[in-house]
Amino acid sequence: MEPDIFILLLAIPLVSGALLTVLGEREWAPNLNIIASGGTFLASVLLTADIVAHGPRFALGEQFFIDSMNVFFVTLTAFVGMTTSIFSGPYMKNEREHGRLSAPRLRLYKSMFQMFMFTMLVALTTNNMGILWVAMEAATLTTVLLVSLYRTPASLEAAWKYFILCGVGIAQALFGTILLYFAAERVLGETGNALLWTHLVDVKSQLEPHIMALSFIFLLVGYGTKVGLAPLHNWLPDAHAEGPTPVSAVLSGLLLNVALYAILRCKVLADGAVSPDFAGNLMMGFGLLTLLMAAFFLGRQKDIKRMFAYSSIEHMGLITFAFGMGGAVANYAGFLHMTMHSLTKSAIFFAVGHATQKTGTQLIADIRGLIHINPLIGWSLMLGTLAILGMPPFGVFASEFMILTHAMKHYPWTTPILLTALGVAFAQIFGKVQPMVFGETHAKPLPHAPAITPVFLHLALVLMIGLYIPPYLTRWFHEAARMLG
Amino acid sequence: MSTIPLSAQLINLCASVILLLAFAMLAQRRVMQLINLFALQGLVLCLSTLVVAVTTKQHHLYWSAGLTLLLKALLLPWILHRLVRKLYVKWDIESLVNVPTTMLVGVVLVMIAFNVAQPISLLSQTISRGTLGIALAVVMLAFLMMITRTKAIPQVVGFLAMENGLFLAATSATYGMPMVVELGIALDVLVGVIILGVFFFQIRDQFDSLDIRNMERLKDN
Repeated sequence: MEPDIFILLLAIPLVSGALLTVLGEREWAPNLNIIASGGTFLASVLLTADIVAHGPRFALGEQFFIDSMNVFFVTLTAFVGMTTSIFSGPYMKNEREHGRLSAPRLRLYKSMFQMFMFTMLVALTTNNMGILWVAMEAATLTTVLLVSLYRTPASLEAAWKYFILCGVGIAQALFGTILLYFAAERVLGETGNALLWTHLVDVKSQLEPHIMALSFIFLLVGYGTKVGLAPLHNWLPDAHAEGPTPVSAVLSGLLLNVALYAILRCKVLADGAVSPDFAGNLMMGFGLLTLLMAAFFLGRQKDIKRMFAYSSIEHMGLITFAFGMGGAVANYAGFLHMTMHSLTKSAIFFAVGHATQKTGTQLIADIRGLIHINPLIGWSLMLGTLAILGMPPFGVFASEFMILTHAMKHYPWTTPILLTALGVAFAQIFGKVQPMVFGETHAKPLPHAPAITPVFLHLALVLMIGLYIPPYLTRWFHEAARMLG
Repeated sequence: MSTIPLSAQLINLCASVILLLAFAMLAQRRVMQLINLFALQGLVLCLSTLVVAVTTKQHHLYWSAGLTLLLKALLLPWILHRLVRKLYVKWDIESLVNVPTTMLVGVVLVMIAFNVAQPISLLSQTISRGTLGIALAVVMLAFLMMITRTKAIPQVVGFLAMENGLFLAATSATYGMPMVVELGIALDVLVGVIILGVFFFQIRDQFDSLDIRNMERLKDN
């Protein structure tokens, strides 16, 4: 029974989200959260095996469409969701014992976490560009209350900014979607199918270029707000810094990816309708601007989570730039970098979460000598930082190297900008993390032993891909890159 | 010169009223009146959708007109009224600086919107295509309102007015989006307002007021 796997993939987070709401915060609630996320991951693996064996397919009529491009994101999303739920078990217990969170808040956290996973998976698998919008907006809604979970003035401010900025951004995307529908309707007629991506792709060369150009600009700015592209990135550092750490990990590792995925789907359509360089040039421009801006803002941060949030913006800029260049190599590198960034950045946030709990502060200046407090946490932060900065032999090095060499070959003028940004980012982050890990210390033990496994699991994967990419993964990335054209 | 059919005139009239209401909201200081203006805008939006539905015999437009009436003219204003009463901000008056300047900026935005929309309107075959410019103008005015307001509730009303403008754009360019998408958007808006309702209480408890200016501490120092 093939369709069952897909239904299961969406049903598990939805049902467990409802269950966690109804049953409330119990002793076993964290375990239920982990089991549900594990089940979702298992379903995603089975679905992937199915797609690899039998090729793309529809589900529930034509409303959902799974091909090698989105199944790759589905697996990544489900995997990071699972490790985050493992990480958040002891983390949230510690937060509760420190008196920062109460039982009702923990219930809210777990149910919203599962609902967030549900919206992400719907956004990834839907075939309908309108439903994609609905799911992206729903993802914002589920996370707004999570960002303000601590109810401190700063977290409320961050959540408000997040809601308003993303709301305005997503409104632009809705206008873009309306224009897209308008262009499609002239070709496909007034059927409910005119927003289905698979139908749109078939007629993409017939879509009216002027409308499509305008539509893509609105969609890029709209979804770009969620990716964290400059100049509408302001919500991102605040939301990452003030929300609980597991939320920062999924925002950085998943939400940004899914928003970028939405842009990629739109880019395929715009490429077919307008001249092929139009969408690519726009993305390269926005990508470079974002990369450069983030690199120079990194150094001014005093809060460790804010700093890594800016690092996420930087990497999103680089990935957007890679997809903007287009072509098989750059797309391949873009997908690889997205995967590496997701895994590495969520691992870093896990490590940072433990570190801030140990030291009781998020201020960079007050976190010192993690290596003496807990060598595992210290090393995981150090290794994660080295990985995200693109040091060999980690996988980020491979993808950054590919992006850089491709840019040198085809767009030589971008090389100084890229190298400056990467260099500045390296100096800033390394300079700040080094004393945090190796300095002198004063800290206290935690009541619940931290879950270090997810951190090393992620880093091991990043390391493995840096040294050796399994052939099926290569094939998969190639397939996805080819679909992007 | 061919005369414009009555239905098209009605649609244009409705759209102009919506634009007028958008300007009225821009200048309205009292929070209760602001919500009433928003409800009125929803009602006119519903009427205009209904006229399009009757003229073009698009059945799903009856549904979206009904949905608009229920959600934007009744349910959302009711929720907002309740919130305002419960938060004791019924008599809140905002000191808007420079209403004339804001209005002038609004006029400029309307001109920009018309210029952007014109090439698209020319390509459209719908009876209501003339209103696309107005729809975009309403979106931009709502955006301006969100920028100029300092209280939380008026900002949210601005956000919802922006959604009204987008809805108008959808009906004027394409006779509305597919039903499943419209339902999804309506659900998002409703859930969004409910979540914001919860959020308002959190803000008030923390800051003792709904003034957004309290929330300008997070900066890249």
